[in-house]
Parts: sequence; structure tokens; C-alpha cells
Amino acid sequence: MIEVIGSLVILAGSVFLFAAGLGVLRMPDSYNRIQTGTKASTLGTILVLLGIAILHPAWTGKLLLLVFFILFTNPVSSHALARASHTRHVPLSDKTVVDRLDEAEHPAGDA
Amino acid sequence: MLSKAKMAINLWVTLLAIWLVLNASIESQVLLSGIFLATLLSVTLVHFSSAYADVRLSPRVIGHILLYLLVFTGELVRANFNVARLVFSPRLDIHPGIVEIKTRLQSRTARMLLANSITLTPGTLVVNIIGDTLFVHWIDVRSKDPAGATQAIAARFEKHLSVIYG
Repeated sequence: MIEVIGSLVILAGSVFLFAAGLGVLRMPDSYNRIQTGTKASTLGTILVLLGIAILHPAWTGKLLLLVFFILFTNPVSSHALARASHTRHVPLSDKTVVDRLDEAEHPAGDA
Repeated sequence: MLSKAKMAINLWVTLLAIWLVLNASIESQVLLSGIFLATLLSVTLVHFSSAYADVRLSPRVIGHILLYLLVFTGELVRANFNVARLVFSPRLDIHPGIVEIKTRLQSRTARMLLANSITLTPGTLVVNIIGDTLFVHWIDVRSKDPAGATQAIAARFEKHLSVIYG
């Protein structure tokens, strides 16, 4: 019974990881790919680790530490990628409705 | 601002806890080497870290830390479902954009935690911080003006962080 629950949790996690991968293919520009690719994967990874913790209760402490490190390092890398992209003027998709950062860095008339 | 000694003790406890969890045992050899390493690292590293400097632990603060974790977990799950729905929808119905939000948090650690939390919830991604303004890439822009965006993105986190960091 425990094995079934653990496996289902891992399966749920892999569905989110699949969504993250599909997002990388479908999204129109780098920023949106970062959104789906690196971050829709957080819940996926956490669920997979949780599933492993259910299957192997002795590992729970170490797995919790892994979750903790993912929660702290994942946003830093996403942020660094996005900031570097914007600094290098990687274009935003046509669907973009507003870019306040560009407006702040280049006030009107100074395009 | 806490004294260096108190910060070193905080760091020491954290490091030793991580060491013991990783080793999953409290044998004397493991414990002694852990104490040695934690002492060495906390004494050396305390000069480079101010992560513990702004926290004042009290029952009220601990309550808000727990509430914050709860709010954060809720947001994480909800936002993951939202993004997954966007990804699986046949028409890619997104309205991305970079909006600005203002934070009233003063502490650098608190701002770091706020930015981390915003970035971790899928759909929002902090691109840059200038002064007290965070520039957030939002996959589905619902409010272009700073006040509305702050309300939608940061308010829930800020409420608890402002208590934790005074």
C-alpha cells in the first residue's frame, strides 16, 4: 500500500516535470521558457523526492535537505538567467504587453 | 543587529543540524567531527554572512514564519497548477510582460527572501531589483500599474516577512 502511494506521488511529480519540458518547447521567448522550464519543475522535483521519502522513510532527512537546497538555488539561477537575458537585450515575444524594466532603463525618447 | 558571537552561534547550530541530518547518526565520531567542522566554519564564515543579522526570534515571529511557509507552499502548488494549465492549453493563451512592484521591506535578507519566493512561484520571475523596486516578468499580466501588481504578486508574502524582519 505504501509502495502504491509513493509511486503515485512520484508519478504526479513526473507529470509536472513533463509539463515543464513541454513548456520549454511551446513558449515563445526565453523569459517564458525560464518561467515554465526551470520553475514548473520545482513542484515536480519536490513531489518526486516526497515519493522517494514515502518509499524509503530512512532517507527523509536527507531528502528534506535536498528540497531545501532546491528551494534556495533554483530561483537564484532563474533570476540570473533572466537578468542576463534582459541585460543582453534578448527580445521579448510579440505577445508581451508591457516592459517596465526597459522603460525604467531607457526613459521615453531615449530608445 | 545581533552581535557577531550570537550570529556565529546561530550559524553553528544550523551547520551542525545539517551535518547530523546528512549523516543520520549521532555516534561520537560523527558528532565530534561535526562539532569541529561547524566551529571552524562558523568562526571563519560569520564575517561574510549577515543572513541571520535581522531576525529577532519571538513566539510571534515564529508563528509568522510557520504562516509564511504555509502561504508559500499554497502559492507554490496553486501557481504550478496554473502554469501547467497554460502549458497544456491548445491555444497558448499567455499575456507576458515585465511589471514593476514596490516593496516596503528594508532588510536585505527580507528582500532576498521575497524575491526568491516570487521567483519560485511559477508565473512570476524577478528580473532585476533597483532600489525598492522589483521588476517582475509575469507570464499572465493582470495589472500593469505598480500598486495592482504589488497587491497580486507580493502582498501575501510581504505581510509575514515584514513581521519576521521588523
